[in-house]
Amino acid sequence: MSKNKVLLTDPLDDNNPITVQVLGICSALAITVQLKAAIVMSLSVVAVMAASNVIVSILRNLIPNRIRIIVQLVVVASMVVLVDEVLRAYAYDVSKELSIFIGLIITNCIVMGRLEAFALGNGVWRSFLDGVGNAFGYGAILILVAFFRELFGSGNLLGIQVIPDALYEMGYVNNGLMLLSPMALITVGLIIWVQRSRNRKLIEKG
Amino acid sequence: MNIRQILDTIKKPFKKGEKFEKFAPAVNAFDTFLFVPNHTTKHGAHIRDAVDLKRTMITVIIALLPALIYGIYNTGFQYLSQLDSDFTTMEAIIHGSYKIVPMIAVSYIVGLTIEFAFAIFRGHEVNEGYLVTGLLIPMIMPVDIPLWMVGLSVAFAVLIGKEAFGGTGMNILNPALTARAFAFFAYPTYMSGNKVWVSEASNVDGVSGETILGMLAAGETNIPFDVSQMFYGAIPGSIAETSTLMVLIGAALLIYTGVGSWRIMLGSVIGAAVTGLLFNLWGANELMSFNWFNHLIVGGFAFGIVFMATDPVSAAQTTKGKWIYGILVGLFCILIRVFNPAYPEGVMLAILLMNVFAPTIDHYVIEANIKKRLSRKTNLNVA
Repeated sequence: MSKNKVLLTDPLDDNNPITVQVLGICSALAITVQLKAAIVMSLSVVAVMAASNVIVSILRNLIPNRIRIIVQLVVVASMVVLVDEVLRAYAYDVSKELSIFIGLIITNCIVMGRLEAFALGNGVWRSFLDGVGNAFGYGAILILVAFFRELFGSGNLLGIQVIPDALYEMGYVNNGLMLLSPMALITVGLIIWVQRSRNRKLIEKG
Repeated sequence: MNIRQILDTIKKPFKKGEKFEKFAPAVNAFDTFLFVPNHTTKHGAHIRDAVDLKRTMITVIIALLPALIYGIYNTGFQYLSQLDSDFTTMEAIIHGSYKIVPMIAVSYIVGLTIEFAFAIFRGHEVNEGYLVTGLLIPMIMPVDIPLWMVGLSVAFAVLIGKEAFGGTGMNILNPALTARAFAFFAYPTYMSGNKVWVSEASNVDGVSGETILGMLAAGETNIPFDVSQMFYGAIPGSIAETSTLMVLIGAALLIYTGVGSWRIMLGSVIGAAVTGLLFNLWGANELMSFNWFNHLIVGGFAFGIVFMATDPVSAAQTTKGKWIYGILVGLFCILIRVFNPAYPEGVMLAILLMNVFAPTIDHYVIEANIKKRLSRKTNLNVA
């Protein structure tokens, strides 16, 4: 049991896909301007990764080794299309906001990476946990970055103003740099900094 | 009791193994302010010279003073001359000081607090590097910027621009320009436009405090300043950038003492002059047809290339590299001015861009040198 639990907890900190493996940076920069978009994106990635890890794990003994990448791509692509259609049907506004980035989940290195590294060699239940765990690790950073960017960039959280008017009257101004992608990269960098100073295991031997 | 003995008594509880050992860097910093530190370099080849980091930094600060004092005067001058009443030079200086001294204070307090905190946490000594940066940052800001923005920009520059890379001497970008770039992109309404350059212009109706480059970018053809005003600096702009004359005095000191590289300065002037001349011939918009010589004396060009492009940490290190680096700074400065109406002043972005490329330039200069010497040797063997 504890071996399975590690699959869920490891990607949250010790082996986080974004801050430790530095994968999926593009989407972490592109769709973290607002918290809402980041949450929807994270949920979509959870769905895609859980489903495609399970499917590839079921098929793992049937897939010929030489064409496995193509098979994985087909599986991921179908899951992404499904998620995209569901979003369009039930959350049209968010879907429009995320536009191409949902489709681009297919190019997210984390998805293919977990299929190659884990689902191809492990059982269905463990693959499911691994997919969910890594997607949570990805989503946690995405939501954290989006939290700071929306809070300091537009003074809102989930579209609701949280910085009081009194502060604006005192001369506070929203930080325009927070809305630009460079600041997202710097925010990710700061998260890595904080994480490494807390978690000594992550520091490479010089 | 002399000062040395007093200091030694104060330092006692901070010695190794004593109670406040952790805070030793903070005390040592004040000690080295008064006395030359007696530790020497232990590894590698080193040059014997009386110049240390502290003296270099103090030289730059002295070189900055003329521009700063004129900047303080000009701040008051710009403000008072719009009130349509007679005023004395003293009144202008008083108004300028009232605006600028708090900015400098905020910059030093925030920056040094972070530097001391890092020195104590990481257990290294406090370096003098921030003394120059802390003075430069307020000097390149518009006068009406709120103090908390100055503080935040300083914090960003010191934390992200410097400490994240390993502290003094390790930064890729010039910290002062990092602070300005942060403020520029984070709070564009406070860093550009026609209301920020003259003290309290937003409170006075009918005042135009546009910079010359700003006017040109807006398509204005009628510039109310002549060349001598541009040169002496009685024009609106960031606090200390306006007077080319004062910057030249500073440049002379930097070149005479060998602290600033004349190759970078001259290279930038050549780069900007040639680019400006070429655009003069083209002349498709107001900034293109703006006389090439005037390009050199308006805006922050002179200040930027003398005090920031020459930063020994972030500039190119090799002799040939300095020429290339300097020329490209000048070229990009004029390019950005001319082609991008959103950024009427290009010197900040030009220097930051070239800071990023400086290690690459050095790398290729060194590679070329190795190749040249290698071929000389092999040719000798053949002969």
